[in-house]
Amino acid sequence: MKILARLSEADGVAGDEQQVRKLIREFAEPHSDDMRVDALGNLMVTRSGDPDLPAVMIAAHMDEVGLMISHIQKNGLLKFYKVGGIDDRVLPSSVVRIGEDKVAGVIGAKPVHAQKPSEWKKVIPYDKMFIDIGAQSEDEAQKKVKPGDYAAFATEFGEMGDGRLKGKAFDDRAGCAMLLEILSADHSVPLQAVFTVQEEIGLRGSQVAAWDLKPDLALVFEGTTCADIPESEEHGYSTTMGEGPAISIMDRTSVAHRGIVSQLVKLAEENDVPFQFRRSTAGGNDAGPIHLTREGIPTATVSTPCRYIHSPVSVLKESDFENGVRLIELFLQSIERGFRP
Amino acid sequence: MKELIRKLVETFGVAGHEEPIADLICDEIADDVDEIRRDTLGNVIAVRGVQNDGPTIMFSAHMDEIGLVVTHIDENGFLRFSNVGGVNPHRLSDQRVVFANGRMGCIGHERLEKVTDLKMEKMFIDIGCSSADEAEEHVSIGDVASFLRPMNDLGDRLVSKAMDDRIGCAILIQALKEMKDTPNRVVAVFSVQEELGLRGARTAAYQVEPDLGVALDVTGAGDTPKARRLDVSLGDGAAIKVMDRSLMTHPAVKGLMVRLAEENDIPHQMEVLEFGGTDAGAIHLSRTGVPSGCISIPTRYLHGPSEMVDYGDVRACVDLTVAIAGAENLDLRR
Repeated sequence: MKILARLSEADGVAGDEQQVRKLIREFAEPHSDDMRVDALGNLMVTRSGDPDLPAVMIAAHMDEVGLMISHIQKNGLLKFYKVGGIDDRVLPSSVVRIGEDKVAGVIGAKPVHAQKPSEWKKVIPYDKMFIDIGAQSEDEAQKKVKPGDYAAFATEFGEMGDGRLKGKAFDDRAGCAMLLEILSADHSVPLQAVFTVQEEIGLRGSQVAAWDLKPDLALVFEGTTCADIPESEEHGYSTTMGEGPAISIMDRTSVAHRGIVSQLVKLAEENDVPFQFRRSTAGGNDAGPIHLTREGIPTATVSTPCRYIHSPVSVLKESDFENGVRLIELFLQSIERGFRP
Repeated sequence: MKELIRKLVETFGVAGHEEPIADLICDEIADDVDEIRRDTLGNVIAVRGVQNDGPTIMFSAHMDEIGLVVTHIDENGFLRFSNVGGVNPHRLSDQRVVFANGRMGCIGHERLEKVTDLKMEKMFIDIGCSSADEAEEHVSIGDVASFLRPMNDLGDRLVSKAMDDRIGCAILIQALKEMKDTPNRVVAVFSVQEELGLRGARTAAYQVEPDLGVALDVTGAGDTPKARRLDVSLGDGAAIKVMDRSLMTHPAVKGLMVRLAEENDIPHQMEVLEFGGTDAGAIHLSRTGVPSGCISIPTRYLHGPSEMVDYGDVRACVDLTVAIAGAENLDLRR
């Protein structure tokens, strides 16, 4: 999990993925026959393999949700925009780091004792919050940050409980880590591993990457919602932590290719790999644009269940991650043995 | 043609699961086209006049229908579900639905404080089982269901589930049967996943590279009591689309349709729709752009179990489709 730890602590808010890309290049280098970065910033790592086998695109997005500084106030406090979908309720009192110099900041809001009772019942909207970097004045703040700088949550990676990990941006650094695991194993299937950009702001990177690579089929790896917590009813869980990788059926952007899904299910059952279906049709991911590329590409999604995604911290279970990698390796082996979607 | 319509509307084909309806359509058109293929996403792409040197006209009618997808099976055998395409919970209550394997279910909901509390997450499908194990013998998570409703023939008017867009499929199939020799390459696409965002038409148009795109799809009707304003009525003929959310009809295509309708005495009306979209929205943005339009079939009660069309309008749409397919010297420059 060393890789996931470093990926989680690197900052890569959508549109600003270079730190994460640099780190992934380092990890992927020994397992790659060719590596390049395209115009939008997608990192494409190719493993040639056997040219008679179908080329498989495996994709995970490098970007995470975060903030962008919009304005520096006279009093030295910073106003910000959200980059990607973040619930305003998780923002106050979060610690962030801003820009290339990783300037430390704290998200502030009107404190509870200064609020009127009527305000207690309302969510403070993000545009009423600010980031405090300890500057006394506009001038002082301007020396450290400027409008347009990105801010990422400053969350430390760590282990907790029984094989569980906490960190930030598991959506989708968990997917990136899966990709790197798969790249490091032996396969003869030609692999096009794509670490995409700007998924969180409209599935943008994967669209041009798939157009460029023309794969025969595609698998998308995600860190997906998991709501197996009190006050949510079982049919609203989406996924359950510890029950294995989640195979998607459909979401807002695609219906998973049923040939691939049934092969994954069959392989999981034959080899006793725990798995679950993703029991929600909300949300979207890179499979959306990929499957509609050119004449159409058979595409499916496998995810690691992650609690509290799109917030400063997420939690996953290592065994779900490992079983996800195992399931994909079985799938790639089945292509070597002749499976075609 | 009513028998053809009946077969089409009563066959299963929820978005993403179009195999049964695709099989039926392939059988129906086998003798009327030169080649048929199915693509990665499941679109049926049939060509008539493969050798013709004229422009390529792509007609597209979508095979898929709205439906429900099972997301969870509880310990007592009740199925929780989500929507596949635009489904309003208030039109689901107490409906009957059917799965691809024929298993029937009825829809119930949790006790509600008030009617407006009815949300999809409070609803379930009851397939007559009393445990998860028993239910799983018939249905799995990810299985889809459609409304269970047969077609009723009211003479001039026909009522059924899935008129959207099996009626477009019926029109395209019938037009393929009635087409005479044409200088054009006519490509009939029966597309998938229109209800989920015009998906099939997009990858089909990429393959077909048409010179002209024509969708055949339903539109609303504004002729019922206190309806949303829409100047389209059942019985007034084929509706020639001017615009909707997905498309501004190319002026030359609109002009062509109006001219052909007038020359051939085909009843027609103009359709200006403030909502909705059709396959033409995906086709006209394919590659470098495709002049596109849409022949719409006025339909009442869309996305419900009882969608109603007028048989005379359907005939007018067939005639207009045949006329477009046979048009000579097509020139679609502005």
